[in-house]
Amino acid sequence: MSTARANRLTPYLFLAPAGIVLLVALFYPICYMIYASFLDWNPSQRIGEADFVGLRNYIKLFSDDAFRESMWVTLRFAAIVVTLEMVIGVGLALLLDRNIRGMSVLRTLFILPMMIAPIVVGLMWRYMYHPTVGIFNQTLESWGFEPIPWLSDGSWAFTSVIIADVWQWTPFIFILSLAALQSLPSSAIEASKIDGATGWQQIIYIKLPLMLPVLIVTLLLRLIDSFKVLEVILVMTNGGPGLSTEILSIRINRTASEFRELGEAAAMSNLLLIVLLILTFVMFIYNKAQEIRAERMRAAEEEA
Amino acid sequence: MSQKTYDRQNPAFYALLVALVLMAIGPIYLMLATSLKLNVDIMSENSSWLFMPTLRNYETALCDFLWYEPEHLRRCDPTFGRALTNSLIIGLISTAITLIIGTMAAYALVRFRFMGRDVVSIWTLMMRMVPPAVLLVPVFGIWTFQFGIDGSRGGIILVYVALNLPFVIWILQSFIVQVPIQLEEAARMDGAGPFQVFFLVVLPLIKPGIAAASIFTFRVAWNEFLLANALSDRNSRTVPVTIVNRLTEFDIDWGVIMATGMLLAIPPIIFTFVASRQIITGMTAGAVKG
Repeated sequence: MSTARANRLTPYLFLAPAGIVLLVALFYPICYMIYASFLDWNPSQRIGEADFVGLRNYIKLFSDDAFRESMWVTLRFAAIVVTLEMVIGVGLALLLDRNIRGMSVLRTLFILPMMIAPIVVGLMWRYMYHPTVGIFNQTLESWGFEPIPWLSDGSWAFTSVIIADVWQWTPFIFILSLAALQSLPSSAIEASKIDGATGWQQIIYIKLPLMLPVLIVTLLLRLIDSFKVLEVILVMTNGGPGLSTEILSIRINRTASEFRELGEAAAMSNLLLIVLLILTFVMFIYNKAQEIRAERMRAAEEEA
Repeated sequence: MSQKTYDRQNPAFYALLVALVLMAIGPIYLMLATSLKLNVDIMSENSSWLFMPTLRNYETALCDFLWYEPEHLRRCDPTFGRALTNSLIIGLISTAITLIIGTMAAYALVRFRFMGRDVVSIWTLMMRMVPPAVLLVPVFGIWTFQFGIDGSRGGIILVYVALNLPFVIWILQSFIVQVPIQLEEAARMDGAGPFQVFFLVVLPLIKPGIAAASIFTFRVAWNEFLLANALSDRNSRTVPVTIVNRLTEFDIDWGVIMATGMLLAIPPIIFTFVASRQIITGMTAGAVKG
């Protein structure tokens, strides 16, 4: 390798700026946060002045009903949202995987909800859910129904938040599964057609199994992202009414800025990070396993 | 694919397509329509599809930049104009820095392979999943007490660069791998140094990757709220922060707030129409191979 010998220092020079920024502004803060989660710390103190309290923040969290409620809301939100989006997104992809004019325009329009600021998404939905001037209640009233307390009643607010998230993120699943569908080997599908498989049989026995690796990665990506949702809910309900939509990231924000308990907020961030870490790790292992399997199959084919 | 033939579908299928499109862009259209209405029209009980569009809300929001004084305004509130400037500066500078150091790092990782690619990709993946909410506490503490850069644009730019770097490095790697190494070797034969090879040979070849990466980076910096909210002071607030501040006021001026929301949404919408292919590539990279 003449490239490596030519300039031994070059790779380090190229890597240094990015490495330094990542160390200073990402890695260091995360270590700092792990340390801070063992402190009783409020925002007016320097970290050196904060008292070390060991595991007290964590113990307090687990005996705190509000935190447990918020954890439960987060898990429920993630589970419902991801399930709905997977079903609708994959369903639409299977339905729209046809040779039609204007598909690229459709895809472009579908990524709009993901591209605009989450703050703006929250704003739009908050306006649409408005009790008197929002489009939903106005439509209901003009049809002679009772208006619905979209954002002011606990269980309705949870539903409303889910609807907004499904609107924003179903296109993500749709686009990924459409890409997966279109890269399927056409020979398998044609073979099944010749064998007389119906549309449903094709989907269940051929398309879905072949798409499965992509679907699992998509699911994990979306699951990780659903734990990160913050701004849309912040704008729509700010976690309320009561604690009905207070997902974990909103609780972290409130604990830090309203209750001024930085140590506790750090402990919460830590727990959130651990959950995400596990999910990411599962995804990585799965990806690796897939690669190894693909290689083995290729090797087997070459031998044959 | 020179000749494309399209299958005929039944009408119900097209009806479904139309419904989907309406659902996808309906809320955005509503926001646009509201931003063009007077408050009298917004607050009237019976929503009318017919109204006189007016730019008044935009004039209120942007009064700082106008060369004339809008008649309906008694006093110009510069908050939003200032926030827009901040957002633009922070977005552009952080994107530029992220891309420069990100491409360099990605290049080093691909070409000099002194670290396993697996190690790098698991790290970037892990860093990619770190939500801004997790960084809130430590970044606030460190920026305020140790670096002393809270309340400045520089502080916000630093967080955004760090937040975006893993993704940028990850996505650019896949583009750099495709650059034929023979080209670089030829350039080196002609006497080009490593930096010349990088800037004059490699960079022009990975333009599509850079386009995708810069859209994603700019979008994060432009849209982010939580960290900007914690780190900015009155003079460095970005647009998302001002919008949320407005929303907590008792009497919400829907017309103006929708106009600001629309202004915040316009750059991403433009990117989407100009570069949807690159965006989809960026989104599907990693999940769908090939």
